[in-house]
Amino acid sequence: MSDRPPALALLAADGLTRHYRVRRPGAMFGRRDLLRAVDGVSFAIRPGQTLGLVGESGCGKSTTAKLVLGLAPATAGTVSFDGAPLPAIGTAAWRDLRRRMQMVFQDPLGALDRRLAVGWQIMEPLLIHRLAGPRDARERARAVMASVGLQPHHFDRYPHELSGGQRQRVVLARALITEPRLLVCDEPISALDVSIQAQVVNLLLDLQEKLGVSYLFISHDLKVVRQVSHDVAVMYLGRVVEQGEADALFRDPVHPYTRALVAAIPSPALGGERRRERIVLSGDPPNPIAVPAGCAFHPRCPWAVADCKAATPALRPMPDGRLVACHRAEATPESRAA
Amino acid sequence: MPPETPLLALEGLTVDFDAGGRVARAVDGVDLAVGRGDAVGLVGESGSGKSVTWLAALGLLPSRARVAGRARLDGEDLVAAPRRRLEAIRGRRIAMIFQDPASSLNPVHRIGRQVEEAIRLHRGADDGAARAEAMRLLDQVGIADPRRRLDDYPHQLSGGMNQRVMIAIALAGRPDLLIADEPTTALDATIQAQILRLLGDLRRATGMAMVLISHDLGVVSENVDRVCVMYAGRVVEEAPADALFAQPRHPYTQGLLAALPSLTGPRQRLAAIPGTVPEPWNLPAGCSFAPRCPAAAAECLRTRTPGLALTPEHAVTCTRVLALRGSVWDRRQVAA
Repeated sequence: MSDRPPALALLAADGLTRHYRVRRPGAMFGRRDLLRAVDGVSFAIRPGQTLGLVGESGCGKSTTAKLVLGLAPATAGTVSFDGAPLPAIGTAAWRDLRRRMQMVFQDPLGALDRRLAVGWQIMEPLLIHRLAGPRDARERARAVMASVGLQPHHFDRYPHELSGGQRQRVVLARALITEPRLLVCDEPISALDVSIQAQVVNLLLDLQEKLGVSYLFISHDLKVVRQVSHDVAVMYLGRVVEQGEADALFRDPVHPYTRALVAAIPSPALGGERRRERIVLSGDPPNPIAVPAGCAFHPRCPWAVADCKAATPALRPMPDGRLVACHRAEATPESRAA
Repeated sequence: MPPETPLLALEGLTVDFDAGGRVARAVDGVDLAVGRGDAVGLVGESGSGKSVTWLAALGLLPSRARVAGRARLDGEDLVAAPRRRLEAIRGRRIAMIFQDPASSLNPVHRIGRQVEEAIRLHRGADDGAARAEAMRLLDQVGIADPRRRLDDYPHQLSGGMNQRVMIAIALAGRPDLLIADEPTTALDATIQAQILRLLGDLRRATGMAMVLISHDLGVVSENVDRVCVMYAGRVVEEAPADALFAQPRHPYTQGLLAALPSLTGPRQRLAAIPGTVPEPWNLPAGCSFAPRCPAAAAECLRTRTPGLALTPEHAVTCTRVLALRGSVWDRRQVAA
């Protein structure tokens, strides 16, 4: 673990950990278990770049997002933004920083106030952070609406009058109006139809190019993650199991879990796309309260050996620079189908 | 009955909803045949009518929906059939599973009781036989240690396990046709792969036909023989799965595929279909995709497109199809 984040990073998480005490169902005397939602996660996002965070439900990706934004306190580890540690939650300095780090959620209808015209909702952050007066705020709302592809007449519309794609544009406009340097997007397009997803993905890429904003992009859809991300971290039960440059990671996944995830994507066999290897994992992801000893993935891993049950593998660099937490990273069968 | 009669044939199936003074046409003249043992995929975006089609065929829509056309099961029309007759068919001849297994199962009853109930209802088995059969079914859908699981409640099982239980219940009536409506959409990727493999194995083992409804072209492409693409209540393209994905001919199908990012190869800007799906009470006069179609001509906006059979197995509703080469979303063609 480095004592200082790399100078280049806009956002750096170091050993980020969040444990919850949860009551065991049916347990007597209020016995509590430790749920390790996030367990020592480190990453850095450079300005204008995107880190994709992938994994199945319960792997800790959304908790990681909350920790990054300071919406939940970390049990251990640090987050630094622009080289300085994240201020304590609720302080004036934290509130000031929050306009530099905004969040976009999956369900745009749930994120919007149904009784307020969307234009007002877009300009509201400026008023809350006292960054502009009403007249100026309205002008800037119109400008940011144009940049996300909304028409001026949408200003007075209510959320229910807009389509799903338009609503997500409203949510984006509201997040962007304070000129944030980081957007944390938690499944931002999962609720949208395929043809609309492509519109929003293109928009996110355009905005990054134009504004230089960084994204922490959380999704279960590996193809979309690859489309938008420079780097990717794969999480399993609270830990990062593989992390590296997006194209290389998806082209040639090393960790058995990443390989299973990649293999599990059903994909229309488009012109010449190679048939990928088929790994169908047995069993469900284990309960995060009862994480298996050693490598948490070993009960589902087709290549697990005795070592994997005994010792938790640390993330370690591979020759190509990516990080993999697997004892058998060099010993597993060649993944590329010949 | 002649052998070529399909198991289920939809003929001009149309569904209108009365939406406060205006009529919303959710399904607009769907023709579709499912043969014995066939696996047919139905893809489309939300609001395309892919689920409503089957709810209508099985008489599961509320009374404010008006259903016209026919849905023939072995020649017998289900649209005109009385309720009691439908009740004898649902679950027994045609079973259905849905996206969210947790909300389809009763949370206060044990798994075993719910599976046994379906067995008793459809097969009239006594209690001992039903219990044994429930155990066999749970084992068949890949639930380990079925004897113990029979006493579990749905909340004690994972989403993937609950979907296996729903599949066991669907199998209880030994149906000829299973309608799987987004069966894996709520599940994680690795669990989705398990459930899809299970459905394929069961189909091969039992010989039942399956209609797989999904918004996910990938899910459909790997698990069915024939695919129908729906848009705004109509089937716009129907073809064997291989042909449809190798050479999609309708601009909408081409657009759906072009909008998908790829996991390998160079990254390209996605070809997003502009605009949105038309509202069902405000369908365009001509081809319903014409307002969003880069290849649309004046005639497309005016007149409704009849189906055109490119081959005996590949049909498409697009008047411009013979004039188009390659994908209309290929930038070279759009620019040209």
